[in-house]
Amino acid sequence: MTITAPELEIAVLVIGMAILLLEAFATKIDRRILAFVAIAGLALVLMASFFVSPSASTSQATGFWSFYTADRLSIFFKQFSLLTTIFVLILMTDYAPVLRSSFPGTSLQAGLGEFFTLPIFTCVGLMSLVSAIDFVFIFVSLELVTISFYVLVSFTRRNPSTLEAGTKYLVLSALSTAFLVYGIAWIFGVTGQTNLQQIAEALANPATDRTGALLGMVLILVALGFKIAAVPFQIWVPDVYQGAPTPVTAFLSVGSKAAGFVVLIRVVQPFLVLPQTERLIAAIALLTLIYGNLAALPQANLKRLLAYSSIAHAGYLLIGVACFDTSAIGFYLAAYLLMTLLSFAVLIIVAQQTGEEIADFDGLAKRSPFLAFAMLIGMISLAGVPFTAGFLGKFFIFYVAIAQHQTALVVVGVVTVGCGFYYYLKVIRAMYWQSADKIDKIAVNGVSRLAISALIIATIWLGVYPQPILDALKR
Amino acid sequence: MVLFVIFCPIVAAMLIMVGAPARKTALAASVSAFAAALFLLLSFDHNQTDFQRVTSFTISPEWHLSFTTGVDGLSLVMVLLATIVTLAAVWFTGTVERQENAFYACLLFISGGAIGAFASIDLFFFYAFHELALIPTFLLIGIWGSGNRVAAAWKITIYLAIGSFILLLGLILLYQSLPVAARSFDIRALDAAARLGQISAGAQRHVYLLLLTGFGILISLFPFHTWAPEAYASAPAPAAMLHAGVLKKFGLYGLLRLAVPLLPEGAHHWANLLVVLLLCNIIYVGLVTIAQKRLDWMLGYSSVMHMGYIFLGIASATVLSMTGAVILMFAHGLSIALLFALAGELRERTGTLIFDELGGLGKVMPFASLAFGFGVFAAIGLPGLANFAGEIMIFFGAFKNGWEMNRFHIFQIATALALWGVVISTVYMLRAYRKTFMGTMDERWKGIVDLRFSLRLPIAVLIGALLCYGFFPQSFVRIVTPAFRTDLVTNKR
Repeated sequence: MTITAPELEIAVLVIGMAILLLEAFATKIDRRILAFVAIAGLALVLMASFFVSPSASTSQATGFWSFYTADRLSIFFKQFSLLTTIFVLILMTDYAPVLRSSFPGTSLQAGLGEFFTLPIFTCVGLMSLVSAIDFVFIFVSLELVTISFYVLVSFTRRNPSTLEAGTKYLVLSALSTAFLVYGIAWIFGVTGQTNLQQIAEALANPATDRTGALLGMVLILVALGFKIAAVPFQIWVPDVYQGAPTPVTAFLSVGSKAAGFVVLIRVVQPFLVLPQTERLIAAIALLTLIYGNLAALPQANLKRLLAYSSIAHAGYLLIGVACFDTSAIGFYLAAYLLMTLLSFAVLIIVAQQTGEEIADFDGLAKRSPFLAFAMLIGMISLAGVPFTAGFLGKFFIFYVAIAQHQTALVVVGVVTVGCGFYYYLKVIRAMYWQSADKIDKIAVNGVSRLAISALIIATIWLGVYPQPILDALKR
Repeated sequence: MVLFVIFCPIVAAMLIMVGAPARKTALAASVSAFAAALFLLLSFDHNQTDFQRVTSFTISPEWHLSFTTGVDGLSLVMVLLATIVTLAAVWFTGTVERQENAFYACLLFISGGAIGAFASIDLFFFYAFHELALIPTFLLIGIWGSGNRVAAAWKITIYLAIGSFILLLGLILLYQSLPVAARSFDIRALDAAARLGQISAGAQRHVYLLLLTGFGILISLFPFHTWAPEAYASAPAPAAMLHAGVLKKFGLYGLLRLAVPLLPEGAHHWANLLVVLLLCNIIYVGLVTIAQKRLDWMLGYSSVMHMGYIFLGIASATVLSMTGAVILMFAHGLSIALLFALAGELRERTGTLIFDELGGLGKVMPFASLAFGFGVFAAIGLPGLANFAGEIMIFFGAFKNGWEMNRFHIFQIATALALWGVVISTVYMLRAYRKTFMGTMDERWKGIVDLRFSLRLPIAVLIGALLCYGFFPQSFVRIVTPAFRTDLVTNKR
């Protein structure tokens, strides 16, 4: 039996529906069981995804296959989305006690069912988004992702800052969608196509109106800039990241960003014939690097720091987009997945005991050496210390940037890496130098311990032996 | 065997982190690493100029990336230095008041990183191993440091992080400047390509400048030197010993291993700039050192100043001066480790290192005074101690000079000026010795006891090595010289 790529999305969708039904009819069970059922289901789909053979799409493809591609890149990012969702669900089970407290008056487990189901639907959206090669399909998948995030971001709605985050996300996201539609309309008007490959062919034709196409592309860049948190479309990021429930923040910063970058790569490709495209992206990358890193310097709240760090990492990824190197971006995103989820996993556990400020991590090395070590690995990987995945990500990015003589990007990149060392090491400093007021141990349950250990090992493993990811990304 | 030397400290550090008895494990690891390095030295095949005891594991075939280790004369000397200083540093640590395990683990990580960098034949791991020391240094200074430790820890970390990323750019550019078919991270392959002249002169200039800046920051070359004295003054003594003695030599090793042999055109092009900067290291920093009022700061500055001599040896690029540079690297590593160890003991006993408060300590600490005297004389470059052998070779080599222009050229001027550095270091070293150990003793210091017997052993090892290679430098010259190509572009002119 062969498995085709769309069957993966269908399977995930079925898992999501099944969990919803299970929640509706089996009211007596502990809702956390639902999460574990979902994790098991997604893990099965993840395993199945390795049996899908990639197939490159052609411009002659018709029907469904003119919307949808099952190339290597998309398979890789489908696996990426599944893995992210699995880890987010694990984080959510840790976060469940916090959720209870924000639904006063109702039963202990109110809302947990939806909380565990929505990420699965987001995952379906992410998985189809990375396969989308037609603007119509890109739009539909993107909306599936965004709408489920509307709900997730404002899930703990009794909390004023969450409500603020939800509103901000809703309004700005809707605005960016409008930009996207407007851009698609312009491009359709100029080329008469919505399929990306046919757009590329139309643009290669000198008779096509390039000014109109450029305008359309800029509008789409605005919309995607919002998704990947690139400057100057990053204003929503700090507040939304800080206000949203922490597992959702992790999901936003990993899943949403990765899908945004895959779409960006696919959308930018036809427009590379326009000389302005590369310069435009390089300029955005420069701004993003500078803003993200400088604004992260004074942060005292770890969740907010990670928000700015996510902007900064978008900057490094945009260097890869400006150089148009898919495997460098893919590797960086894989590394980013590991280290970001690792940091958020520790943050969720520690925040329930003390808080989200960096000062709340004081003396963590004594309270829980395991969590402190996990955070240490997460932070040095984000900063880019060798023998971690984050370093190799930066290495590949700088490699392609130097190969393509992007001197400005390289120079700014190196200076901002220096900034990065400062604000990531601030966390290490809190955990190891400072002494804490509290000295009681922090307990970590078995599943989280396993997940965190897996992330630590994967971060170091990829930092020493990157070949598996490079092979998976090879065209 | 090379792998054993590298991973001995690293594995020990991991064991200590999961709860093995800290001091015992660390001592066992450093003794066995030292023994293994001695074995490597004794079994070294003098007839072979290439790397020996090479082991290789492929990491990424498409990037020509593999974990390859091995030693030639140059790296063997550095590995030996690293293991000796590690042994001394670990021995000197004694009991640590808080988080003892973390302290030893950090020390061993620094040591393992340095050894790994010296013994890696693959550029990627050469770079990566050095970075292994970054976070432990930050923690060592931050947690257990004294004085202005917070600022010092940040300064050293940010400086070294940026320096290493500049270095990384240089290495990537070096890799890309080769024709696609010849691209490799293997130093031997790079060397072969350089011999065939596959690196264009223009590329050599760019890459050399990047490497010089990157390594320069790591070595505390003149305008980038300000992190060093502060960090060494605040660091706990064992960390200062390892960092000033061993880790800083990584940059010099890199210049000797990569910059000069692979990029002779670049080295020639930027030689004048380097000479000016290194003279600033010797004369300007030397004068700054004289002005210091604290022993730890003075030692920190002196270690910056002495880098100038080694730079002179590298800049002039003769086989004689580069061999001298290696010997001085070895000797300086031992002597500065000795001085920092003794300064650390003094601080522990007196609680201060301000010259005006010290004095006359020779009466209560005769052994420390004697040992400090050895360190001082070594640092000045007195004949009979290894530093002298290195310095004299550098001066002769630089005066003769690799570029062999027929007029009175910049290297001869530089050598003449650098000789004044010896006078400057005599002034500050002897002054420090007088103010600390001679003169009238403060009443407060009457109860101070001399070094315990167990602490005298590592001191004796350091002094013994200094004397041994001071009297018989030829045994090192024989090992090191074949590592340098005699057919450098510069030597032919």
